[in-house]
Amino acid sequence: MSTSASKITVATTWLDGCSGCHMSFLDMDERLIELANQIDILYSPLVDTKELPESVDLGILEGSVSNDEDFAKAKAFRQHCKLLISLGDCAVNGNVPAMRNAFNLDDVIERAYRDTVDINPQIPVEGVPRLRRVVLPLHEVVEVDLFIPGCPPPANAIHYVLTELIAGRTPDPNQLTRFGA
Amino acid sequence: MPLPKPQSNVHVVTLQIDGQDLSAREDETIIEVCREHGIPIPSLCYLDGLSIHGGCRLCLIELEEQNRLLAACSTRVAEGMRILTNTERLQRYRRTIVELLFAERNHVCSVCVSNGHCELQTLAQGCGVNHVHIPYRYQRYQVDSSHEMFRIDHNRCVLCTRCLRVCDEIEGAHTWDLMGRGSDCQVITDLARPWGDSSTCTSCGKCVQVCPTGALVKQGTSAGEMVKDQSFLPILARRRHH
Repeated sequence: MSTSASKITVATTWLDGCSGCHMSFLDMDERLIELANQIDILYSPLVDTKELPESVDLGILEGSVSNDEDFAKAKAFRQHCKLLISLGDCAVNGNVPAMRNAFNLDDVIERAYRDTVDINPQIPVEGVPRLRRVVLPLHEVVEVDLFIPGCPPPANAIHYVLTELIAGRTPDPNQLTRFGA
Repeated sequence: MPLPKPQSNVHVVTLQIDGQDLSAREDETIIEVCREHGIPIPSLCYLDGLSIHGGCRLCLIELEEQNRLLAACSTRVAEGMRILTNTERLQRYRRTIVELLFAERNHVCSVCVSNGHCELQTLAQGCGVNHVHIPYRYQRYQVDSSHEMFRIDHNRCVLCTRCLRVCDEIEGAHTWDLMGRGSDCQVITDLARPWGDSSTCTSCGKCVQVCPTGALVKQGTSAGEMVKDQSFLPILARRRHH
């Protein structure tokens, strides 16, 4: 995508999520072509940039805050993005990742990497971020400006929010999506 | 549900709801009049056909020039009442109540068999709850799958007591009851024995159908499959009273 001064700059990433919200973003199908004329995705799993730019108009985060890397990404997005969107149930309410909160973290790790593993059970420590004791929704870690619940939020809801923001209005996607949608 | 009274003794009162002039029988409750006239008031524990519980507080309304809020399900109409059903204060309280329900237990909508057919989920959307301000408790609650046909997931229970009331008042079995207080409060079968061991449960399934969430469900349903049918209730309730 070509950069132009009049376009709204966007950064997205996923924290502890399944990437389904980003798939729903892609489900906007041909409307993406129209959007590409109005927004410029500077940083995202969907593009190649490796570093979050200094200043971005709109940040979109999917997934809950479950490990130290998620936490750092959330902080960085808040710092670099003028407006921050919490996209999807994991970011909005913790959803499936937060179901482990009802258990002790050590028990969860034991269960996942030892109890249920037949060959060479071991707990990974290298090259993976440390899991946090409690999985949190995004807004409990950083201030969030807009919430789009849903698992995943329908493409229509994402499209509505983006086009309203482009038009300079504050969207309320409540009629188009809900928890679990 | 109030018992039907002989027509001759019933008087009609006039009142105002959200500026609309209405008349109603004096033995009607505010929520009944609102439902008749299509005035939306959210509710959770109220269900036509069951006795009044007045516990969820979602149907709170305001009376003009009065500070005290009243539950529409448990307040009868009176001559000259001027009722407000949707003020900013009420909206704020309702949102908070719904948020507290979500924060107290583990309602994970995306993996719930009632996803898409849940009254709590619909309420959240209707009240504009798009996230929960209150920190979640993440307390673990039990799931009892011992009954061969039904299952109870206490993580998804909102303690509306509809199951208790339908079991006691309509089925006449009184298998369900309440135990504990505050956030430890939970519905129980018999004397907190596994549901499958219950000697009083008739397996009629009425509790499952009236449950507003995915707390009481049929065995063998997967995410989004549990659709409830409450049409039996007003019919049975009326027949019980005649």
